[in-house]
Amino acid sequence: MTKEEIENGTADMEIDQRELMNGERSELNAVPDGFNANYLKVYYGKLFPHADIFKWMSYGNDGKHPGCDESYFGRREFSFTLDNDIYLRFQSFNSVSQLENSIKEKCPFKIDIGPVYSVDPAKRHAYAQSGNNVFTPVEKELVFDIDMTDYDDVRYCCSGADVCLKCWTLMTIAIKVIDPALRDDFGFNHILWVYSGRRGVHCWVCDPKARRLTNEQRSSIAEYFRVYKGNENSQKKVSLTSSALHPFLLRSYKVLEEFFEGNLLSNQSLFSTEERYEKILEMIPDESITSELRGKWQDNKKSSISKENINVDRWKHVKKILKSGKQKGQGLGKCVEEIVFSFSYPRLDMEVSKHMNHLLKAPFCIHPKTGRVCVPIDPNHCEEFDPTAVPTLSKLLEEINMGGLGTDDDAEWDRTSLGKSIRFFRSSFLQPLLKSCKEEIENSYNAKLQHSKTSLTW
Amino acid sequence: MEIIRSQRKPVHIDVVPTLPLYRSAPPLEVRLEDFELYAMDRLRVLKGIADGLSRGKKSEEMKNLADHLWKANMRHLDASEVVNKDIISHFVLRLVYCRTEDLRKWFLSMETNLFRYRLLFEKAEVQRALMAEFDLPYRAASNAELESVKEGLKQVAQSFGQPLAADAIFYKVPFEEVPELVAGRRVFIHKGYAYIAMNQVVSLVSTQFRSHLSKALILTNRKWTSTIREQEKDRLTPIVEALCSSYLGPDYSQPREFAEISIKDIDQIAKSSFPLCMRHLFEKLREDHHLKHGGRMQLGLFLKGVGLKLEDALAFWKAEFSQRVGSERFDKEYAYSIRHNYGREGKRTDYTPYSCQKIITSAPGVGDHHGCPYRHFSEENLRAALGKMGISNRAVEDVMDKVRNRHYQLACTLTFEAVHGTSCDAGINHPNQYFSDSQKVLQSKNQSTV
Repeated sequence: MTKEEIENGTADMEIDQRELMNGERSELNAVPDGFNANYLKVYYGKLFPHADIFKWMSYGNDGKHPGCDESYFGRREFSFTLDNDIYLRFQSFNSVSQLENSIKEKCPFKIDIGPVYSVDPAKRHAYAQSGNNVFTPVEKELVFDIDMTDYDDVRYCCSGADVCLKCWTLMTIAIKVIDPALRDDFGFNHILWVYSGRRGVHCWVCDPKARRLTNEQRSSIAEYFRVYKGNENSQKKVSLTSSALHPFLLRSYKVLEEFFEGNLLSNQSLFSTEERYEKILEMIPDESITSELRGKWQDNKKSSISKENINVDRWKHVKKILKSGKQKGQGLGKCVEEIVFSFSYPRLDMEVSKHMNHLLKAPFCIHPKTGRVCVPIDPNHCEEFDPTAVPTLSKLLEEINMGGLGTDDDAEWDRTSLGKSIRFFRSSFLQPLLKSCKEEIENSYNAKLQHSKTSLTW
Repeated sequence: MEIIRSQRKPVHIDVVPTLPLYRSAPPLEVRLEDFELYAMDRLRVLKGIADGLSRGKKSEEMKNLADHLWKANMRHLDASEVVNKDIISHFVLRLVYCRTEDLRKWFLSMETNLFRYRLLFEKAEVQRALMAEFDLPYRAASNAELESVKEGLKQVAQSFGQPLAADAIFYKVPFEEVPELVAGRRVFIHKGYAYIAMNQVVSLVSTQFRSHLSKALILTNRKWTSTIREQEKDRLTPIVEALCSSYLGPDYSQPREFAEISIKDIDQIAKSSFPLCMRHLFEKLREDHHLKHGGRMQLGLFLKGVGLKLEDALAFWKAEFSQRVGSERFDKEYAYSIRHNYGREGKRTDYTPYSCQKIITSAPGVGDHHGCPYRHFSEENLRAALGKMGISNRAVEDVMDKVRNRHYQLACTLTFEAVHGTSCDAGINHPNQYFSDSQKVLQSKNQSTV
């Protein structure tokens, strides 16, 4: 258990006590973790931004313009995971109210978003009979999934499902590496980063071009981002075979180096014990160097260097010896970069990004294990994001209850700590997205008109 | 179908040795024997390329291998027939390989590779001519444009250890058009455009080739199922159907000789007859009570091919996974995909066990244990694993020698021979073949001792 969780535990207990004194609603807060179906019902009823999700997934096709594709939203697959893990795939909706009613009625523990298909996924069986394979995915956001469990060999503060602010740095680095590349290299503009609710982040790239990428093109982008290749059976996890770094890696390295030296080195105590520094020495394929370093470190174990500096100092030794002139010829200088990449470069779940028909959890869901909302993360200020401070279901309900009854229903979310997230979602993601969707629909409609005019004259 | 090609007089073909793009079927008379012979010859080329790739050969070696295979198999006594043989064999194999998703995927990938290697041997003018033929609207980027991205272009050139020539020509194309260059970080990409060097045009053209062929294969498949199969049921259909199965070998989707193994024997059998890749997965599963997706697929389908029935497979996986995630979570999260592998869920396809080629070309990541140990293990780990199988030091050296030359399947064959004390002339091409060959050897040994 991390410190933060313990603190949360006590906070919940305080709520419980107050609830008991009020003598009311004590049943509502009976589950201290703050997740159950009753809570969720209230959340879907009062807080979940149904309309925003609908607007987003409609990409402007819900408008009145003659160029709108009315069937667009209805061809999108949603899937619900219900209580008792009943999994409903291929749900589809024709309007915002259908979507909202179904969510409120079924109260899914998890909502996943799939691709837009060629035909309404709910009617796929009817089309399947015609035999021509017409039921096929045609559009899907380009998505990325980064999960902290894939970093277990480079974080010493937590493991498995746990995260703390120390290891969250790895997610911050991931955003700082991937986000600029998506924008500057690939030219995408409409990018949404979302906290996965527990131990990772999701990324949705929503530009029209991104949504229409083929699987092969998706794979190529995922591969472009992939540096980390090995596993415990192979020795080197990162192999920078080429003599110089590709501009994308060069730019990323500046980010990695800053965080590796300024944060990970001491926060993860990468050199503090023999077991840990041996892991780094293994990555240097020159025995005379490793034994020299090892000797140096084993000796100064006795001398009383403060623990703070030991990681920084030892890293300095590694850098100095590897970058010194006499090692240049053997390409050992590259080892410094390989170590930094191994310990900090983002590790993507490749399969999620490669295939159009992969589903990904919708933003603003509640994670059933943590009770936390999957809120958007601002990539420009991602270092300020604190997963342990994300609003939880029980906290939000508490805030609603504090607000009292009889107030305007529409803006209820605005008075809770979810308000900030929804406002951010709208202003930095949804509004610019819809503006460009509108332009695209108009442009392609005009182009079509132009085209039919010219063919008429012919 | 397009009729571009039919306008070109055959006389021109031997004057300009351009690569056919196979846009439309040739209006040629073909003798039935040639139909089959040409196709067999082309298959030898494609199969040779597949073998080369599965050995992890580098692109330069592959280029020469493809050239060699082509010259060895695709010659014709009558020089004017060479191009016809090329075109006819391609279209015959289209029919053969259009019929299932897996066949299409294999054919598409091998034909595209072949096309690319052949294109590499052509002069720049020919490459540019093909670019024109595909109607690719790309022009060389202007000097002013290049000036603004010069630094990036220089860095990319350096990353292959090459200097950037001052007068180098670059084409500016949407990055989607050159996925393989993007995947390999072999181009500079800025604001959605990839800057491709003259010598990378090949990649651009082969991507076009691939996407045309991919669409064409779907159409061929429709035609095949709707008309050709029935019309030709006494003439071409038997040839077509025999062609693909006779050459690709068994796919092990149905367990044969040693049908049905039971869970209680599985540890014993794993020790005696599993190839190293499966042994490793099996041991890891017993040790960690968990395997990631890639490992579950590789081992699960192998066990299916070995003869483990669905009910036993569920019990087997559950016994391990439930120790780690609990039996409830197993039922909810993992049982589905096991039934799926057996064709009882989802698309209801009966999935085939992975071949060596598929396993060798897979890319295991963090926490993964699938893949080919000969390719994916470090030397040290591989030595240790072979030692655990009880292989003598000398045999281990022979295996390591094959590994260093990237002959992973040969390394596995040597391991088989060392373990079983017999020769394996056919070589190992499929983990399930390793298994069945091993069982055969063990059975004949048992019989001789009894």
